[in-house]
Amino acid sequence: MFSDYSTSELMSIFAMQGFAGLTLFSVFVLMALGLAIIFGQMGVINMAHGEFMILGAYITYLTSNIFSQWLPGLYGSYFFVAMIFAFIAAGLLGMLVEWLIIRHLYHRPLDTLLATWGVSLILQQTYRSVFGAREVGVSMPDWMMGSYPLTDLVEVPINGIFVMCLAIGTTCVIAALMYRSRWGIQVRAVVQNRTMAGAVGINTQKVDRMTFGLGCGIAGIAGSAFTMIGSIGPTSGQLYIVDTFLVVVFGGAASLLGTVASAFTISQAQSTMEFFLSGSMAKVLTLLFVVGVLMIRPQGLFTLKVRR
Amino acid sequence: MLNVSDYRVSYGQSEIVHGLNFSVKPNEIVAVMGRNGMGKTTLMKSLIGVIPSSGGQISLDGKNVTPLKSYQRVEQGMSYVPQGRMIFSSMTVRENIETGLTTTGRRTVPKDLYDLFPVLLDMRNRRGGNLSGGQQQQLAIARALASDPKLLMLDEPTEGIQPSIIKEIAQTLKDIRDHRGLTIVVTEQVLSFALDVADRILVVEKGQVVHEEARATVDAQKVASYLSV
Repeated sequence: MFSDYSTSELMSIFAMQGFAGLTLFSVFVLMALGLAIIFGQMGVINMAHGEFMILGAYITYLTSNIFSQWLPGLYGSYFFVAMIFAFIAAGLLGMLVEWLIIRHLYHRPLDTLLATWGVSLILQQTYRSVFGAREVGVSMPDWMMGSYPLTDLVEVPINGIFVMCLAIGTTCVIAALMYRSRWGIQVRAVVQNRTMAGAVGINTQKVDRMTFGLGCGIAGIAGSAFTMIGSIGPTSGQLYIVDTFLVVVFGGAASLLGTVASAFTISQAQSTMEFFLSGSMAKVLTLLFVVGVLMIRPQGLFTLKVRR
Repeated sequence: MLNVSDYRVSYGQSEIVHGLNFSVKPNEIVAVMGRNGMGKTTLMKSLIGVIPSSGGQISLDGKNVTPLKSYQRVEQGMSYVPQGRMIFSSMTVRENIETGLTTTGRRTVPKDLYDLFPVLLDMRNRRGGNLSGGQQQQLAIARALASDPKLLMLDEPTEGIQPSIIKEIAQTLKDIRDHRGLTIVVTEQVLSFALDVADRILVVEKGQVVHEEARATVDAQKVASYLSV
């Protein structure tokens, strides 16, 4: 399959597919970060994570419409406003879902799967009723259009670079929150031992709600970023949820670094193979690889060295 | 300072603690003794509020804390060192102590805690789970003291710990009582430890106080007869 291309062409293909992989990686990271907090830390199997992402995407769509209608002069900066709205909306919905459903199920992790799957169906139908079944797209502001030529053959799209910066920035903020702030210490204490955390003076219910809200809020940001690279429909979230769980499990559930590393591996493998093979073949190979690694290391790529 | 009256705790239909009454004076160390399965741990867990009570009342300094959740009880000045330590094993020693600071609003671990347990200062960047049992016990006590409690409750602090460290812990408990004006309730099976540390000994049997005596007048043989099977 490589014989049809010259060496320099092959290099360019690898570079461009590599970059496309990086864009996919960024969306994976954003999606998986939220899930790493909710599933990896709290142990809640959140099947509705994709729908929280799509909520963020629809909020971005609405904001872009509002800006193009009422504030066309400021259209270039709508995305930043949209991102904040997406974070707040998805976060608030997450806190509502936690309050209504999840908090009753912390002792029954498998039941969270069913409950959140129900939430996901409800949300999908809500989107269908409100926004219609057709996919909608967002027009990007001018400065995000086009691409930046590196060489004659290699061009990197600007929106890709932007999404990547967004992913890196969000990861750093989350890492700082979890490992450097007092709030992060409380979150980690609660997820390790909810009863004991209460007995040392932590308001566990509040921490749980904020944590779940944060995870969903990050999914909202992921949705915002998603509008840069694809169109949005009521069921778009479904396409990504399996990949996202794959990333979190493969990376090792309790480790943020593992999540980033595994998102990188999976997205690069997928994107490079997709160019040469069919999409489904690429998926099969990725899955086989992940299954193989998980058989050898069931705890995922990265784990903490600690006595149990 | 602590008043427990007609206190009842049940798991479902089966009542474990049957109408318990006792009180603890300020600055006093009380040891609650009893054989396995007599409700000591159940009592402690429910005093800090991690399992609910089914009747009766707890008051701390005259304030009824029975309806409060455990983190609110910590705010009121209660703190708890559970049986089996229950430290947060994947967090570092420093972070473990910092979890106890939540209700005080402080950000850094006060120096006097490290003075009490110098070993924790050396190990502050190790993960709690990698500490030995004795070190974990000291960490659990430091974490409880970080919330500036008025009342410290320890559940079998000597379980699985070597004799020299048991002595150290007894000394530390007496020190913090003298220097911080703390009141301490400790459950125990080891009579020598209880006699060493406590001002008063309560013996619990089948969820009720069956014997109560000050250390000054205690008849070690009589208490021992309650503890032997």
